[in-house]
Amino acid sequence: MNPEQNHSTNTGNRQAATSRQEVSQQQIQVEAKDLGERASYDPHYIRIRNYDFFYGATQVLFDINMDLPERQVTALIGPSGCGKSTLLRNLNRMNDLIDGIRHNGDVLIDGESIYHPQLEVISLRKRVGMVFQKSNPFPKSIYENVIYSLRVAGGRRKSQLDEAVERSLKRAALWDEVKDRLHESAFSLSGGQMQRLCIARAIANDPEIILMDEPCSALDPIATGKIEDLIHELKENYTIVIVTHNMQQAARVSDRTAFFYLGKLIEYGETQQIFMNPKNNQTEAYVSGRFG
Amino acid sequence: MKDKTETEQTAKATPKGEVFVWITGMGLAIGLLMIFALLWVVLKNGIVVFWPSSVAQIELREDRDSTFRGGTTAAGVILEEYDRDVRDLTEEQLESPDQRDRRQIRFFSGNRDAYGQAFAYLMLGDIAEKTYPPEIVRAERMEWGDAIFFPLRLELADGTQIDAEDPDFRKRLRELVDEVRDRRQVINRIERREIGRINLEMRSIEQDLRYLGGMEERTEAQEREWERLTHRLEELRGDFAPLEARAQELRATNRENRLHFRLVTGEERSHHLGEIVNFYYPNDMSLVAKVGLFFFHIWEFLSGYPREANTEGGIFPAIFGTFVMTLLMSVAVTPFGVLAAIYLREYARQGPMVRAVRIAINNLAGVPSIVFGVFGLGFFILFVGNWVDVLFYPRSVETNTPMFGTGGILWASLTLALMTVPVVIVATEEALAAVSRGVREGSLACGASKWQTIQNLVLPASLPGILTGLILAMARGAGEVAPLMLVGVVALAPNLPLDTVFPFFHLERKFMHLGFHIYDLGFQSPDSEAAQPMVFATTLVLILLVILLNLGAILIRNHIRKKYAASAF
Ligand SMILES: Nc1ncnc2c1ncn2[C@@H]1O[C@H](COP(=O)(O)OP(=O)(O)O)[C@@H](O)[C@H]1O
Ligand SMILES: [Mg+2]
Repeated sequence: MNPEQNHSTNTGNRQAATSRQEVSQQQIQVEAKDLGERASYDPHYIRIRNYDFFYGATQVLFDINMDLPERQVTALIGPSGCGKSTLLRNLNRMNDLIDGIRHNGDVLIDGESIYHPQLEVISLRKRVGMVFQKSNPFPKSIYENVIYSLRVAGGRRKSQLDEAVERSLKRAALWDEVKDRLHESAFSLSGGQMQRLCIARAIANDPEIILMDEPCSALDPIATGKIEDLIHELKENYTIVIVTHNMQQAARVSDRTAFFYLGKLIEYGETQQIFMNPKNNQTEAYVSGRFG
Repeated sequence: MKDKTETEQTAKATPKGEVFVWITGMGLAIGLLMIFALLWVVLKNGIVVFWPSSVAQIELREDRDSTFRGGTTAAGVILEEYDRDVRDLTEEQLESPDQRDRRQIRFFSGNRDAYGQAFAYLMLGDIAEKTYPPEIVRAERMEWGDAIFFPLRLELADGTQIDAEDPDFRKRLRELVDEVRDRRQVINRIERREIGRINLEMRSIEQDLRYLGGMEERTEAQEREWERLTHRLEELRGDFAPLEARAQELRATNRENRLHFRLVTGEERSHHLGEIVNFYYPNDMSLVAKVGLFFFHIWEFLSGYPREANTEGGIFPAIFGTFVMTLLMSVAVTPFGVLAAIYLREYARQGPMVRAVRIAINNLAGVPSIVFGVFGLGFFILFVGNWVDVLFYPRSVETNTPMFGTGGILWASLTLALMTVPVVIVATEEALAAVSRGVREGSLACGASKWQTIQNLVLPASLPGILTGLILAMARGAGEVAPLMLVGVVALAPNLPLDTVFPFFHLERKFMHLGFHIYDLGFQSPDSEAAQPMVFATTLVLILLVILLNLGAILIRNHIRKKYAASAF
């Protein structure tokens, strides 16, 4: 494909994405139905190209090439230490904090390189939210936790903040449980609620992408079920990349699955295909539980 | 059955081989013991200053040649009784079958003006009898320390005499002494506040006049200023005179009445009541009255101004100076320490350079404090202070009366802040390091900048740790004496660093400090024996003040901790 052409298509998409935020949720659903399934969404929303990554002298990712579709859930699976988290944390450049990192290749979101010198990391992170393995609410009230991203962006209007809190908590399926105690400490919540609070926090400033690094690994089955339902809802509006250790979870929540092994992308495709009909022996061995 | 379970339980409580429980426990016990011993010694020696102890009248045995100030009667507060050093004993005393011939008492006889000394020693064996006559009086005086005597009569201004046997005597004396005290307070107010203020302004005008007078030629504006200042000086002199006269008049009134008394040696003396601060009958007082007087003495000590080369009166200016200096130090040290720690921990690239800086900081904490005093003198006073004077107070340089170019409470606080900054840096760094990575990453993932993350999450979470550092810094700074002697502490400061004269804070002023006060009492006072209990009492106050300041910081810290209590997981 001609890269020039490619770029212009993406710009068009980008504008659509901005205006999209202004229309209400219902309209989006209607729109989605009208367009028939998700076929209209950009299947190459996130492009990872020839990507190598090094911690100091150790290379942990080897020549990764994959395209992640817009508004779908992509699961990254693979045995511990294979580089899933590293890849995920590079999508919002969280790894920049670590000394001595280095990369080759490129990552493009909606056609723009995340390493573009003109792009500020802060604005990238506003577009790419993140939910961590260990829920990390701030030592503040529930309300302040949710609007943290708006506050640091300078948001001050009370009506706007109130609205964002309600919207985010509703989307995170937490509103009914906490609407009467928004000003209590976030630490008064249960583990599952805290993780949903972190999700609400991640979506409060309307990012385009949500990265989730084993978001359920510390939760009980009921809380896990709730988060999975939530992921299902969220993909209407957000592109989701999720790292998981749990094969059933990947099968349940994701549209596409990527299997990593020792820093290499072994197989990537429709979730159904990866689980039912893997092409690679290692993939088959892993998804059928024979190693990992 | 029951016995068995019990032995099992005890066996469980002290498992075999846990010898370290004992060793560590012993370490703690020794530490605690030393602290309590320290407090006990200070308390025991300091408290006696305030307690109105009974006064014993001591009759010496006629058959011995031991005497007290030429006679055989002594009176005083017995302070201690102990075995005299064998080397100081005579043959006879050594061989005497009576143990009491080898024991000695030390007592406070007062009347330093009459006896030359306020303390005396007697052998226990030389004492025939001790009595506690109810009519004996102990009086606190403006000079010469306390007096102990038998009152004879009051001689009033109009010539009337009231005999000590008169049933009205005590009441009259009390009334008159109270009146004297009230008048003295008025005098104090006039002299300290009003005359003090006029004096300050006069000094500053005189300085300006000296400056203007020393000039070869004066501009018109300067000529006008000269006029204005001379006029103002006249005005102030005019204000000054009546105040001075009023104080003199009150003083004269205080001198009108006289108290005649007899010492235990038989000598008759007298004081005008202006000399007497307070009096009491120590052997004729109920316990309640004694306790009341005890607390009154403590109050006077804490709130009063020193007299007689600091050995008498109160220590209020020293308490105040210590307090203000410690607060100023905290205000100065916290931002510096915290900012330095944030840079070191959050921004600087961790490497050999930062490690070297860290080692240097830690070593700074071990530098003897006097070195900081020398630095403060060289840098703050002689360099910074001089420049402040040159730039903002050129006249003070011209007339050689430096404002900031000499020791003062500001420079002392900054010197101590410099000395304690490593403590704050180390504590803050630890607190910053303890803030979990999860919270930082969560914040960055929300699109917060590094500084926003520090400001919104890292600093609030580190506040308790920072306060711990500040507490340690205060504990070290408040007790420091040596460096202060170079940068502005004095034994007797005429004015507090904070008063009602504009601009209220006088950071350039010299100040008094409890630590230095102790040193001054213990080593510089003419009568070190009289000063000894005051040394302990002042030490007690210093300890209490440091504890109080720390307690304040601890309360604030606990409050903050509670706020962030759950963030610990
Ligand atoms: N900060 C780091 N510094 C150096 N090596 C790291 C760091 N983080 C992860 N690694 C290494 O990179 C490899 C991939 O780690 P990670 O991406 O966390 O794996 P996964 O999430 O798949 O379990 C592992 O071998 C791990 O030891
Ligand atoms: Mg991982």
